[in-house]
Amino acid sequence: MIYLDNNATTKIDERVLDAMMPYFKEEYANPSSMYNFSKKASNALKEARGVLKDFLNAKDEKEIIFTSCGSESANTAIKGVLNYNKSKKHIITTKVEHPCVLNLYQTLEKQGYKVDYIGVNSNGDLDLEQLEAAITTDTALVSVMWANNETGVIFPIKKISEIIKSKSPDTKFFVDAVQAAGKIPLDVQENGIDLLGISGHKFHAPKGVGALYVNSKTLITPLIVGGHQERGKRAGTENVPYIAGMAKAAELAMDGLKYELTEVKRLRDKLEKNILKNIYNSRLNTGVSNRVPNTTNIGFEYVEGELILLHMSDLGICASSGSACTSGSLEPSHVLRAMNVPFTAIHGSIRFSLSRFTTEKEIDYVCEKMPEIIEKITAISPYQDELAALKAHK
Amino acid sequence: MWDYSEKVMDHYRNPRNVGKIDDADAIGSAGSLTCGDQLKIYLKIKDNIVTDAKFQTFGCGSAVASSSILTEMIIGKSVDEVRKITNKDIADELGGLPPEKMHCSVMGYEALEDALKNWGDYQDLDDLREPEKPEKIVCTCFNVTENLIWDAIKQNGLKTVEEVTNYTKAGGACGKCKGLIQDIIDTYYAKEKSEPKLSPTQRILKINNIIETQISPELQKDGGDINLVDIQDNKIYVKLHGKCSSCKNATLTIKRFVEQTLKTALDEDIEVIEV
Repeated sequence: MIYLDNNATTKIDERVLDAMMPYFKEEYANPSSMYNFSKKASNALKEARGVLKDFLNAKDEKEIIFTSCGSESANTAIKGVLNYNKSKKHIITTKVEHPCVLNLYQTLEKQGYKVDYIGVNSNGDLDLEQLEAAITTDTALVSVMWANNETGVIFPIKKISEIIKSKSPDTKFFVDAVQAAGKIPLDVQENGIDLLGISGHKFHAPKGVGALYVNSKTLITPLIVGGHQERGKRAGTENVPYIAGMAKAAELAMDGLKYELTEVKRLRDKLEKNILKNIYNSRLNTGVSNRVPNTTNIGFEYVEGELILLHMSDLGICASSGSACTSGSLEPSHVLRAMNVPFTAIHGSIRFSLSRFTTEKEIDYVCEKMPEIIEKITAISPYQDELAALKAHK
Repeated sequence: MWDYSEKVMDHYRNPRNVGKIDDADAIGSAGSLTCGDQLKIYLKIKDNIVTDAKFQTFGCGSAVASSSILTEMIIGKSVDEVRKITNKDIADELGGLPPEKMHCSVMGYEALEDALKNWGDYQDLDDLREPEKPEKIVCTCFNVTENLIWDAIKQNGLKTVEEVTNYTKAGGACGKCKGLIQDIIDTYYAKEKSEPKLSPTQRILKINNIIETQISPELQKDGGDINLVDIQDNKIYVKLHGKCSSCKNATLTIKRFVEQTLKTALDEDIEVIEV
């Protein structure tokens, strides 16, 4: 099996699992208890908070809140800010956010909020002029993803933060960094971020754990109310083994960042160049630069994505598609539509996402097999004339 | 991951009868590139028998499997038998499709219907054809007509808007037409309810009445006539008179006009046979 769907989820690193095991077995105490037995559990929590602080370069450990997933981090941040100050009813976000955020904004619109959705160009880059024009002193929140899950395109977080602060210093800035964590350096202070969410399972920790950074100047109303855990910002007994696991994963991610930016990128580029060179009806759906190092999104014209994935799966290759058929939603990816990817290619778009576990041998195998798969599917397409024209042109 | 049957997987892995027939007698298509799936079907028809069929499909695994199995289902069959194939037959032949994928079988049905509508032998019979009425588009995102939705409800017993979306795609994008789809479902079931099943005697009387008041006067205009001979279940035996009895297009008259008129009026699957 060749796993090139690391933006969906990742393999748990063995070292992460090892770091978790004691808290399942011997050290099962509730970290809030008063006896000595709970010491190791509460220490693990404290250490994890320290690691996460370093991972995000937060100023203080108190700015880290542990959650159950990326969606919870986003919901806590967004609803937390809006509910704390209910006088402001304007939100700015992008057209290409993850559905967990977009669906929340659509719900908020029904509750009376005004939401502006900023567009992107054909490379996937955000329209900063449109963003700037939309900000007013009534804007409660600007919410932008750091890297896009489907295309890997990185948004200029620091620049956006500067624009916000220059136009409306009180407006809060939430960054969904789920797809950036472990792939590029994250620095909340350097980038002027107020709130930032991540999810463990995207960087080799298990599913079911996430974190939210809330800087000390930003006050939120908690989403989950109950006990005093997480300084009252997120009730519920802390999930110690998973939190310890995510901290280990964050540690490994910091150590492995250079490898991501060089070796993972080299393999991604190799795969991308090979496909674009050897398959005449392929196109890169994004610009070449400004992307996380592990992701490429390639459109295959006049063929359909689910069928590509099924043929890949028969050879043990896992990836994702932006086609309508894979989602059950009947419509192709909202991200690729926002980028105006031509309709000839949008249904045949495939996302390959690598990780530090991807090997050169695997990439070579995929490079060898993709042309065969696409040729097989192209042969049954009703668009033979268009395909012939495309081939002649290339 | 979709729960595809072994047969679906076999057909998308090794699609049968792929390609184009250059001298096809009938060509039909359904879907479009923008919608994410398109099927083109090519038929060779000789002496009312489909002697060859080929297809080209842009679409997902179940779209390819539906197209592929459809060609297998129709080769060697008479045009009359082929006309009776519904989307449900295609899905059943595949060992079932996931609910969200039923629209792929509907696409097969649509393309087949389109091909037979365009079939050459029927095209010079303008006098027997109903004037083309523009079809009412219900779902503008996927270009789904009211007739297609009606057929899907009827053939598959669909009860909810969600089911109609799964079978026809209508309402699957912007969702603005969901109210219209609900209206069609309501109308369909209201109609079904208001028309209780006829007793055998009532049915005979109704058939005879339609022949006498709707069909016979039309044939008389051309110097012919018709009368009812017998009814056995869904087979209706008729005799043609006057000019009709010697007309070379008599079979087509029976099929296109007599059978269609009775089918519409009775709302059942019947066959008209000349004796």
